[in-house]
Amino acid sequence: MSVAERMGFFTDTSICIGCKACEVACKEWNAIPTDGLDLLGMSFDNTGQLDANTWRHVAFVEQTHDGDLRWLMSSDVCKHCTHAACLDVCPTGSLFRTEFGTVVVQEDICNGCGYCVPACPYGVIDQRQGDGRAWKCTMCYDRIRAGGDGGRAGSGGGLMPACATACPTESIQYGPLDELRDRAARRLEQLHGEGVAQARLYGHDPADGVGGDGAFFLLLDDPEVYGLPPDPVVTTRDLPAMWRRAGLAALAMAAAVVASFVGGSS
Amino acid sequence: MAECHPVGFQWVMEAKRRGATVIHIDPRFTRTSALADTYVPIRAGTDIAFLGGVVNYILGNELDFREYVLAYTNAATIVDESYQDTEDLDGLFSGFDPEKGVYDPGSWQYAGHAPDSGDTDADRETARPLRHESHGPPIPAGTERDETLRHPRCVYQILKRHFARYTPEMVERVCGVPREKFLEVCQAWTRNSGRERTSALVYSVGWTQHTVGVQYIRTGAIIQLLLGNVGRPGGGVLALRGHASIQGSTDIPTLFNLLPGYLPMPHHAQHASFSDWVAAIRHPGQKGFWADARAYAVSLLKAYWGDAATAENDYCYGHLPRMTGDHGTYQTVLNMVDGKVKGYFLLGQNPAVGSAHGRAQRLGMANLDWLVVRDLYLVESATFWKDGPEVATGELVPEECRTEVFFLPAASHVEKEGSFTQTQRLLQWREKAVDPPGDCRSELWFVYHLGRIIRQKLAASTLPRDRAVLDLAWDYPVSGQHDEPSATAVLREINGFEVASGEPVSGYTALKDDGSTACGCWIYSGVFAGGVNQAARRRPGAEQSWVAAEWGWAWPMNRRLLYNRASADPSGRPWSPRKAYVWWDAGKGRWTGHDVPDFEADKDPSYRPPLGATGVAAIAGDDPFVMQSDGKGWLYVPTGLIDGPLPTHYEPAESPVANPLYRQQSNPARKTYPRPDNPLDPISAVFPYVFTVSRLTEHHTAGGMSRHLEYLSELQPEMFIEVSPELAAERGLSHLDWAHVVTARAVVEARVMVTDRLTPLRVAGRTIHQIWLPYHWGGAGLSVGDSANDLFGIVLDPNVLIQESKVGTCDLRPGRRPTGPELRRYVDGYLRRAGLRKG
Amino acid sequence: MGVRSWIEGWPVYRQLAGDDPTGRGEAVRSPRTAALTSRTETADSVARSVCPYCAVGCGQRVYVSGGRVTQIEGDPDSPISRGRLCPKGAASKSLVTSPRRQRRVLYRRPYGTDWEELDLATAMDMIADRVLAARAQTWEDVDEQGRPLHRTLGIASLGGATLDNEENYLIKKLFTALGALQIENQARI
Repeated sequence: MSVAERMGFFTDTSICIGCKACEVACKEWNAIPTDGLDLLGMSFDNTGQLDANTWRHVAFVEQTHDGDLRWLMSSDVCKHCTHAACLDVCPTGSLFRTEFGTVVVQEDICNGCGYCVPACPYGVIDQRQGDGRAWKCTMCYDRIRAGGDGGRAGSGGGLMPACATACPTESIQYGPLDELRDRAARRLEQLHGEGVAQARLYGHDPADGVGGDGAFFLLLDDPEVYGLPPDPVVTTRDLPAMWRRAGLAALAMAAAVVASFVGGSS
Repeated sequence: MAECHPVGFQWVMEAKRRGATVIHIDPRFTRTSALADTYVPIRAGTDIAFLGGVVNYILGNELDFREYVLAYTNAATIVDESYQDTEDLDGLFSGFDPEKGVYDPGSWQYAGHAPDSGDTDADRETARPLRHESHGPPIPAGTERDETLRHPRCVYQILKRHFARYTPEMVERVCGVPREKFLEVCQAWTRNSGRERTSALVYSVGWTQHTVGVQYIRTGAIIQLLLGNVGRPGGGVLALRGHASIQGSTDIPTLFNLLPGYLPMPHHAQHASFSDWVAAIRHPGQKGFWADARAYAVSLLKAYWGDAATAENDYCYGHLPRMTGDHGTYQTVLNMVDGKVKGYFLLGQNPAVGSAHGRAQRLGMANLDWLVVRDLYLVESATFWKDGPEVATGELVPEECRTEVFFLPAASHVEKEGSFTQTQRLLQWREKAVDPPGDCRSELWFVYHLGRIIRQKLAASTLPRDRAVLDLAWDYPVSGQHDEPSATAVLREINGFEVASGEPVSGYTALKDDGSTACGCWIYSGVFAGGVNQAARRRPGAEQSWVAAEWGWAWPMNRRLLYNRASADPSGRPWSPRKAYVWWDAGKGRWTGHDVPDFEADKDPSYRPPLGATGVAAIAGDDPFVMQSDGKGWLYVPTGLIDGPLPTHYEPAESPVANPLYRQQSNPARKTYPRPDNPLDPISAVFPYVFTVSRLTEHHTAGGMSRHLEYLSELQPEMFIEVSPELAAERGLSHLDWAHVVTARAVVEARVMVTDRLTPLRVAGRTIHQIWLPYHWGGAGLSVGDSANDLFGIVLDPNVLIQESKVGTCDLRPGRRPTGPELRRYVDGYLRRAGLRKG
Repeated sequence: MGVRSWIEGWPVYRQLAGDDPTGRGEAVRSPRTAALTSRTETADSVARSVCPYCAVGCGQRVYVSGGRVTQIEGDPDSPISRGRLCPKGAASKSLVTSPRRQRRVLYRRPYGTDWEELDLATAMDMIADRVLAARAQTWEDVDEQGRPLHRTLGIASLGGATLDNEENYLIKKLFTALGALQIENQARI
C-alpha cells in the first residue's frame, strides 16, 4: 500500500450554523440506519451522541452570561487518532489504518467482539444493535480514495467525505492534516485578534494523549461544554510497558519452571 | 436565513468573513441569530414601527444618501394638496370609507395628476397590487418637483412628518426593543451607506404573512432607497422564498388574478372588452416599457389559442374567464365549507397542514364532490377523511363524508425535466435522471393528458363554452412509454416564437401586437433565444465572473440585478470603483459592465425626454427605475396600494396591546371574513400571549417532503413549543412535559422546550410573553403531531390577499389537550369567555 | 486461485512479508476494502439537477446505476451553492427512493372508509368526467348585466410552487380555457 498524505478534518465550530447537513449527508452516503425518533430536549440535538448509527453529531449548547445569549453548535466526528486504541485492541484486523492515516472498520471482517468500544477515549466507536458489529466514521474511505473529479476534489485527488461536501459554511474542512493545522492556527489567530479570547483548538496537538487527532476542532469554550473529554489519553498507552512487564514475568516464570525441572532432575 | 436557507447563508458567512456586520431581528433567537453580530428580539407584528424608527433616524439626522435620493427617488415630487396623513387623522389616511372599509386613493396622487377613478373595493378583492411584481402602477408622465426638498408637500417632507413620532422611545414602547439596541442598528445601517458602501436587507414570510405585509416590505424599501441601496451590488431588498419554484409560480402564475407575466386576469366590469383590458394594462400616456403591453397581451392569447386567435375575434379574448371579486384560496375554501365548490385539485400542496385555519381547510375538503391529490407521499390533505383531527373530534365521520378522493402519485424532481425559477428570478433547467416508478407521473403529463381526454370528450360539442377548450393550442410532442409531453416544447412556447416560421423570438422587445408572434410569458421571453435553452446553461461558477451570467437565465433578459442603472451616478459613472457594476461608456456610446444593463443600452445619461413623450422615450437618461411609470424609486406610493401611500404601524388583527401610535388599532383596509367559524380575538384577557410560527432547518413547510423521511424526522422528531423560563414559571410548565396552546380557532398540544432563546419583552409598560411553534407537523408521516397553522384564523393583507399567519393571540396551559368531542367544547368555552360566542 | 496467491492472500503472510508487521494497515485489508470505490465514480449516468426544497436553487448531481438513483449531492459548478446542500437537500435521495413513497393510484369512493386500488387510465377518465360535470353544473355565461363571465366557480386548484414553470404554464392554460378561475398556489400563502 502506498502511503498517501495523512488526511483529516478540521471542524471550525465558530462558523457552524447547526444545520445538520453533515449528519444527513453522512447517513445518505453510508446508508446508516436511523437512531430512532426521540425528542431529547437537549436544545436542537435529537441524535444525542456519536454512536453506531450517528457518525457525525451536531451538539447544541445554549449559554446565557449576563443576559447575553450564546448558542454553540459543533459537529463532532471520530477523531481518527494518531494512536488509536480501537485499532490496537482489534483482534481480527477489522480495524485498520488506511493510506490516508485514517482508522477504518472493515465491515466484512468485524466479528462484533466489541473490544474496541471501551478502548475509545472519546466514546465514538459503537456496536450496532441487532447487527453486533462495530461502526464509526470511515472519513468516507470509498470517496477519498476515488479518482477523477466527480465531485469536489479533496487534495488527495479523491472526493471529499460526504459531510464536508455538504457543509454549507465550510465549518467542516477536509484536506491534508498539515495544511489543516496551518489553516486552523491562522483562523485561531484571527479570532483572538477579533477578541474571541475563548477560542481554542482541540485535538490538533501531536503531543497530546492520543498523539493528535486526524479530526480536530476549533472550539469556543471548554471541551467539556461540547461533551468532549478535556484530556483524552489513548487507553492502550501503557500496553507496550505492560507487555514488557508481562514478558519479563513470563520469562522469569519460564526460567523458574526450567530451574525447577533442572532442580528436579538433580 | 441560516434556519430556512442554510446554503444561501454561506454568502452571509462569506461577507462576515470579509468584515460585514450581520444584524438579525426576530421574535426568537434562531440559528441565524447565533451567527449574527447583533441580535434584536422584537415583538411579532411590529416591524413597521421598528423600520419606521430607522426612517425617522435617517431623516432626522439627514443621513440619507442625498445625491441618490434626489436623482433616483420621488423624494422631490410634490403630492396633491388634498392629501392628509395618518398624523392628521389619527391613523387613517385621507379618503377612507368606514362603511366599505376601503380608501378612495384620489387624494394620494402627485400634484396635478387626475385622481384614479378606480374601484378600490374591486381592486382589493382581486389583489390588484400583486400585478406590480414586475412593474410599477401607472401614473401620467410629468410630475412637479422641488429639488431643494423644502416644499411642505414634497415626498421628502411628507415622509419626515409621517415618521416623526417613530422615535427610539416609541420603538421601545411598541416593539419591546431597548432604545440602545435600536440605535445600534440605526448607526450600523446608516454608517454603511454612500458611494462606497451598501447594505442588503433580507426577509422571508416573516414579513409577508401579516395584514400589513406589503407595507412591511415597503418600509424596508424606503430605508434602502434613502440609503442608496437599491440597484447596486451588495444592496437590495431580498425576498428569500420557500419553495423551489414559487417565484416561477408567481411569474407564470397559478394565481387567480393573474395571467403569465403579471397581466391581469380580466374583471367582468373593469375589462369587459378586449380594448378595455389592453388599455388597463398599457395606460396610454404613461412612461416606461409597460407601454408595449399590447404586444405581450396579444402574444399570450396567440400562445393559448393559436390559429383560432385572430384580430377579428380579438385574439379569443372572449375565451378568458372573468373575475367578479375575491376568488383567492381562502375565499374558495370558505366556499367549500358552504358547499359551493364541486371539485378540487391539490398539486403538490398540503393545505390541511400548510394553510391557515386547518380545520376550515379540512372541513371544506370534506364537503366536495371530488378531490384530486397529486403528491409524492400520502399527505394529510389526502387522508383527512380517514384520520384527520376532525375524525377524532367526531365532526367528520368517514361513513358520512361524501368527498370522492383520487390520489395520483407524482413524479419527483429527478424523474422529469423542466425548469425551476429560484428566489432571485433565475431559471435553472433540470435534466431527467430516471423514469418515474409505477403510476407516478409528472404534472406536465397529468395536465396534458387530462386536457387531451377532455378535448376528446368535447370534440363533438357545439356549446359556445366549449370553444375555448377546443380552440386551445394543445399539440405538444410526446415521447417515451408513458407519452410524456416535451417540457422543452413548452419552454419554447413560454419564450415565444414567430407564428409564421415557428422560430423562437430573441426577447420581449421582438413581440408584436398584430398576432404575428406568440409568447406564453413575456417576461420569460429570451429564455430560448437563438433556439437554445438558456436555462440549461451550466458554465461552472469558477470559470466565470462573480455575476455568473452564464449559469441559468434570469428574467428579464438575463439581468441578475434589477434597476442596475442605479449602480452608476446620474452622469453614468460608477458611484465608486469598489461598487462599480454597470456604467456608461461614453466612447462607445453604450452602457456596459458586469451585468446586462437594465436600461436602454444606448441611452445617454444626459438624455431628457421631449415634452409630451410617452413610453420608453419618456424615461430620462438618469431614470433608473424603468418599470416605474416616472422612472423613480417610490418612497411614497401615489397609486397602486390599497391601504395607504406610506407604511403605518398597525397592530396585528390579534394583539394583546392597544396601538401605542394611533387610535386606529389594525390595518383599516385588511381583508376580513367575518363568520362564526372564523372568529378573531379582540384584545381580551382570555388570550394573553403572542404566538408566532416558523420553520426548522430539518423540515420543509407542511412536512410532505420531510416528515416521511427517516433521516430528517429523527433530527426533529416531534412537535414542540418554545417558551421562555419566565413564561414556563408563570404557567407551571416543565421542560419536555406536554402543554397546549389555545386560540379562538383551535387547541394544539406539543412538548415544551424551555429556552432563553425566547425572552419576555417590555411593551407599553407591561410584560409581553411570546411563544414559538414550528408549523411542520400533521397526522401523516413518520413524525406526527398537531398542526400549528390550525391556530390561525383567516384575515388577509388587502393588497395581495396573503393571510396573517405569523402572529396571533393565545392561551397556554400545562398538560395535554382534551380529545374527542370534549376538544371543541373546550375551545368553545374560551370563545364564550372572550365574548366571541353567546350562551 | 493459485497456491501462491492463496498464500499471499493470507493476512499473516502479508503481515510478515509486507511493511506492516503489526497488522494494522495494508496487511489486514480485506478484498472488499481493497475494491472499495466511490459509487459516484461507477455510476452509469449523472443528471444535472436542482434541489426541490426551498428557493435558493442549489445545484444537484443525480447519480444513476442500473436505472436507480444511487446518490444525490451538491453540484460544485453551481455559483449559487458551490456544491453544498442543507440537510433537506442532502436527504433528496431518500425523498425519491423511500419505500414510503406512494407509487400506485389510490381511490376513496364517497362514504368509503378505506383506500381502494384504481387503474391510472381509469382514474384519468373518471377525473375528466368529473371536471366536465362540475363545469356543466356551475357554468356562468354572463353577469346580471349581461357582461361575459365565461367561467366556473365549481372547480378549484391549489399548487404550483413545487412544480416546474412548464407545468405551471400548462395548468394555467388548461384551467383558464376550462373557465376555472380559482387556481392558486403557495405564493398566495
